[in-house]
Order: sequence, then structure tokens, then C-alpha cells
Amino acid sequence: MSQGFLKSSIGKKFVMGLTGLFLITFLVVHCFINCLIFFNDGGLTFNIGADFMAHNWLIRAGELVLFFGLIVHIIQALLLTLENKKARPVGYAKIDGAANSSWYSRSMGLLGTLLLIFLIIHLVHFWVKSRFTGLPGEDANGNENLYAVMQETFKMAWVVVLYALSMISLSYHLLHGFQSAFQTLGLNHKVYTPIIKKVGIAFSILIPFIFALMPILMFLGVIK
Amino acid sequence: MGSGHGTELNLTLKVWRQKNTKATGSFETHQLTGISTDMSFLEMFDVLNEKLISEGKEAIAFDHDCREGICGMCSMYINGRPHGPKQGVTTCQLHMRSFKNGDTIVVEPWRSAAFPVIKDLAVDRGAFDRIIASGGYISVNTGNAQDANNILIPKTDADESFGAAACIGCGACVAACKNGSAMLFVSAKVSQLALLPQGQVERKERVKKMVEAMDAEGFGNCTNTGACEAECPKGISLENIARMNRELMGATFK
Repeated sequence: MSQGFLKSSIGKKFVMGLTGLFLITFLVVHCFINCLIFFNDGGLTFNIGADFMAHNWLIRAGELVLFFGLIVHIIQALLLTLENKKARPVGYAKIDGAANSSWYSRSMGLLGTLLLIFLIIHLVHFWVKSRFTGLPGEDANGNENLYAVMQETFKMAWVVVLYALSMISLSYHLLHGFQSAFQTLGLNHKVYTPIIKKVGIAFSILIPFIFALMPILMFLGVIK
Repeated sequence: MGSGHGTELNLTLKVWRQKNTKATGSFETHQLTGISTDMSFLEMFDVLNEKLISEGKEAIAFDHDCREGICGMCSMYINGRPHGPKQGVTTCQLHMRSFKNGDTIVVEPWRSAAFPVIKDLAVDRGAFDRIIASGGYISVNTGNAQDANNILIPKTDADESFGAAACIGCGACVAACKNGSAMLFVSAKVSQLALLPQGQVERKERVKKMVEAMDAEGFGNCTNTGACEAECPKGISLENIARMNRELMGATFK
């Protein structure tokens, strides 16, 4: 890839859009695997999925790519934000932002920061235990029992509240990010753009809603 | 006037005053009485300046030229929005009937590192001229003008090019953008030529040079908030930004 392109303002946004879409595909996979808890079979089905994800070498390699994509997305966002601050050294005394744009499109940095804080807590809750510090034994099928960690974690009310609020952040981040990525990649079309926007809205509501449902239903004891 | 539809307003105006590019500016408050609702916003400033001059004070510097909404010279960030509260108009086409009696109106210059304040509300938009100049010439045949319709242009391309060419380079897009990005302006200038047969010869070089010039001027990066499109007095579409992104990719990975 050309060095000049990646250094241009358009190239930097291109990287944001591509990594953003990549992270969106990860959300789909993550959501599908987690939906296995809805079988409500004491986590047996879920643990089959989780065990596979933890031990398949292709998935583990993909995990490295995922972290790389995430870090690029974060660092690029920081660099762009700093550049944008420099582009307006003296700010306005009065700004009527609501007149021309949505608040969440102007708050991607804030929403992203909230998501990063959530992500660190989330990784400590599950990923660190699953990969490093070890899980509490095996289930009836002999699979690693990640489900037991979920049950333990989602007994705490503050965790459930934090997860639900974080999914609201995710929803707004996606609400702008999903369609914005297509625009950045140059994909703007009279017929397809309205469809992309509608799919984006549906995705941004549905995926975080399903994610938020998991800790809430486990806390309420609906899923045992 | 005298048609009966003109009522009069008493207003408080908070105007940015700055002696020169290097000086730190500040707001100055003025009380205005008996402002006709038939006046344009710039005419209201004329009234204020005449008052200041008669009091032996320095008039407020602001940009204006055609006062017909076609030249792109007037600017002013009014109550938190470029060209004020109306959509699709320049400041000269904003009328005092858009305000209410007793209103406080805050007027600031375009704020951008690439648009240094010359004085008060007047900013230097030379950065836009330099970006256009960086795009260079287009190669055309000299001699007699060709017959009409000799070069066929699809209607949709002609319309989109014309839509982009409506950009008057006022800078409201930069002023409105939270990042101070000039992407809407540059993409309109790139698009109007990229869509036409006459613009094909230098098409790839042009977009590269113009984006490079845009970045060198210190404008911010686009985050697709759409504020530029919403505030553009000429309704330049965000489609142009997507097109410019495509054009740059096409020019880079040919």
C-alpha cells in the first residue's frame, strides 16, 4: 500500500473505516457464540463453543489480528483527534451543534473511550481467566467451564449495570460508525446508501441489545 | 420599505474584535435599537458601523461583496452556526426577521488554523485558493469553440458536476465542522472536473495534489458528522466526499 496514501487525511480515515468494519465482524461472531447461553442448558452448549474458540489455532491467530485491529483503531483515533484539535486552536464561544449533526456523531471519541474502559474490565472478567489464570474446572461434557465464570460475574449488580450501560455506548458508537465507514471507503450510492443506513441502525440496536440481555437475564435468574 | 411588514427590533450584539492576526481578540457588546426586520444581517452591521464611526470609534471589519448570495465572500459564525440560523443561505441573504426583539446575537469569525483572522470578523481564506491552484490546469483543444454537443456528457454526470460546481468557496463547511475539515470544499472542486470528459487527462494527478495541498494547509480530518452538508449555503452533497475518497484510492492503487 502506498505510503503517501496512508499519510493523507483520507488514508488515515480509510484505516479507521476498515478497522471499524473488521471490529464489527468480530461483534457478530462474539454475539453468535454468546447466544448459545440462550439454550438455557446450564451452559453445556455455550461451553462447546467457548472451548472451540479457546483451542482452535485459527481462532487464536485471528485473536492476534483482532487485537492488532483494535489497537490500530484506537491509536489512529487518538492521532486524528489530536490533529483535529490543532486545526481549530481558538474555539467558538457559542456552538449550536444540534442544528447540523447528531450528538453521537460528534462524540465518537468519548463513546470510544467509554468502550475502551469497558473492554479492559470485560477482558479482566473473562479473557484473562480463560487464557491465563485458568477456569474453574470442566463441565459435564468435559469442556472448560467458562459459563461458570459468567454465572459468578453476573451475580454482581454493579457488573450488570456497567455492562448494560456500556452496550448503550456501543449502540451509539455503531449508529454513527457503521454507515460512516462505508462513506469513508467511498461507498456512497443513491440506492444503496439508504439501505446501508437502515441496516446500520438495525445492527446498532440489535447486537448491543442481545449482548446486554445476557448479563441481565443471568442476573435475574431467567438463564440458569 | 413602508409596506407595513417591517417591524423594528432592539438587539444586543456580542461581536468578536481582533486587531490583527497575532493579537488576542475578545468580545465587544453593542446595543442596537430600531433595526428593521427587512434588513439583511450585513445591513444591520452597516448600521452598527455607521453608529461606531459617528461616535469616533473603529468600524468592525467583516467580509462582503455581491450581497446576492452568489460570491461566497460573506462569512460570520452567528449564534453557533455559520451564516446564522437559516439553512441554505449566506449571511447576506439572512434577514433580521429571523430574529426576535430582545435577542442577544453572538457573532464570531470562522475558526480554523487554516483561516487566520485578518481583523475582527474577516478571515484569510487564501488556503482555498492555494488548494484550487494546486489542482492545476485542464488540457483542452485550442482554436475555435467546438460544436455544441460534440462532446457527449450523460445527463446525470452533468447534473452532479453542476451540483458540485455550485460551491462558492465560502468556507462554511470548515467553520461548521467540529474538526475544521475542508473535505466538502475540496471534494466539490475535485468532483466537478472528475465527472466531466474535459477533466479526465489530469484526473488522477489532480486529486492527489489537491488532497496533499488540503492536508498541508492544516485542515482537520473528516469524521462524517455531516455538519458541512447541513450548513452549506449551496447544498453541496456528502456524496462528493465519498467520490473524492474513491478518486484518491483510484489514483493511488492504479
